[in-house]
Amino acid sequence: MQYFVQQLINGLTLGSIYGLIAIGYTMVYGIIGMINFAHGDIFMIGAFTALIVFLILGAVFYSVPVVIALLVMMIVAMLLTSLYNWTIEKVAYRPLRGSFRLAPLITAIGMSIALSNFVQVTQGPRNKPIPPMVSQVYNIGGISVSLKQIIIVIVTVSLLAIFWYVVNRTSLGRAQRACEQDRKMAALLGIDVDRTISITFIMGAALAAVAGTLFLMYYGVVVFSDGFVPGVKAFTAAVLGGIGSIPGAVVGGLMIGFIESMWSAYFSIDYKDVAAFSILAIVLIFLPSGILGRPEVEKV
Amino acid sequence: MASRALLDVRGVETYYGNIRALNGVNVAVNEGEIVALIGANGAGKSTLMMTIFGAPRARTGTITFGGNDITSLPTHEIARLRIAQSPEGRRIFPRMTVLENLQMGASLDNLKHFDEDAEKVFQLFPRLKERLSQRGGTLSGGEQQMLSIARALMARPKLLLLDEPSLGLAPLIVKQIFDAIRELNEKQGLTVFLVEQNAFGALKLATRGYVMVNGNVTMSGTGKELLANPEVRAAYLEGGRH
Repeated sequence: MQYFVQQLINGLTLGSIYGLIAIGYTMVYGIIGMINFAHGDIFMIGAFTALIVFLILGAVFYSVPVVIALLVMMIVAMLLTSLYNWTIEKVAYRPLRGSFRLAPLITAIGMSIALSNFVQVTQGPRNKPIPPMVSQVYNIGGISVSLKQIIIVIVTVSLLAIFWYVVNRTSLGRAQRACEQDRKMAALLGIDVDRTISITFIMGAALAAVAGTLFLMYYGVVVFSDGFVPGVKAFTAAVLGGIGSIPGAVVGGLMIGFIESMWSAYFSIDYKDVAAFSILAIVLIFLPSGILGRPEVEKV
Repeated sequence: MASRALLDVRGVETYYGNIRALNGVNVAVNEGEIVALIGANGAGKSTLMMTIFGAPRARTGTITFGGNDITSLPTHEIARLRIAQSPEGRRIFPRMTVLENLQMGASLDNLKHFDEDAEKVFQLFPRLKERLSQRGGTLSGGEQQMLSIARALMARPKLLLLDEPSLGLAPLIVKQIFDAIRELNEKQGLTVFLVEQNAFGALKLATRGYVMVNGNVTMSGTGKELLANPEVRAAYLEGGRH
């Protein structure tokens, strides 16, 4: 039982990170109907930015409180990845809007390769480690919970709360949902659709940057190719939860996290990815639009 | 007179790919008028409504609104000049509530006059007030039509474009909607440009009218003149009315 709860906590941690990345996939899909395959690499760039900020902070100041260091890392990573994603949308995706559906998709794959190669060239191909930032581990009734895990869950929950508020309660969020449902009508009502799409890319990037910072803190290491596997997993999470649905992305992320940690604990760590993707296939056979996805049919 | 028109469409041609949908259209709408555009299916009426908003864009010709050339302005900037449209197919946001749909209509002023304007709209369409928290996609056709017009009114438009407000609605609701349009025009001086297949109702309501055939305006005149015109009667009224 203790072992099971332990795995539940590990899964929750992992799932939080996947969920944060998955929101970026699902929002962009919702608003322009394309899968932004470069999003995983945006996450990786977030992690690298956090690493660089960490090293600079360490070099400039004798000692920095962990909370402040983390906060600075996150904010700088958010700003930089937002700039990246905003630029990518503007130069690579926007000119292709209105062309055939595969064009932006292929461009996104190209962008993903370009970003990871760019980081490989500028930062080197090897793993980049950082010394552990947070090492406290608490023992609660035989279950060990690390402070790192607590930080990840708290940051994720508060970020999701802010995010939920923006999407559901502000005029910006209303405009985003309007563009998602009918872009042409939104424009007829005076909404600048291009600007709304840009903001959506920026919001997705900011969440991915936070996920990247948390990932770096959790594993203590990052490498240029780290955009790929977590990116694909987060994309899977978005599809599993129902692509286009924001709560679905979170639910899907948590599910992938749980499946992975349970499979690693009870079966074999080598096949955890197989397990995650098998579950995806099974869910999609019975629920083609995902767990919280909406069916395509709508009353007109 | 034409140069002082609120909306002036001159020599406009619009294409879908290589197919010409509008063929040099000239239409003018003066302040305070209700102008009706009638014509058969596929004549290009809705295309003209959307071309005014630059979606699709006119390939040749000019469109001016209040003296400003809006031919090549982006769609959202045209809307910001206070032209509002209740478009073909109503285009209610299906997964937003009635309230949110109305809020979308008022986004130009960032909801500054929302409560006051919403009250006015509810006087016209009391039904919407009962449905405030219902999702747009679950409304009946008539309710969606009311919501679409109400949403357009929330923008405080100088010019209201209505694309087939009577389409697919029960006669009683059509009358209700036409009464509402007349009331808005008479009491608030709202300028209305309206596309209709229900030629009889539209021409009775309108100050002036245009007849469109295959992307061309073939006739124009006051509502009464067109109603009395034998060609119009033969093509759009007799048989259609009963």
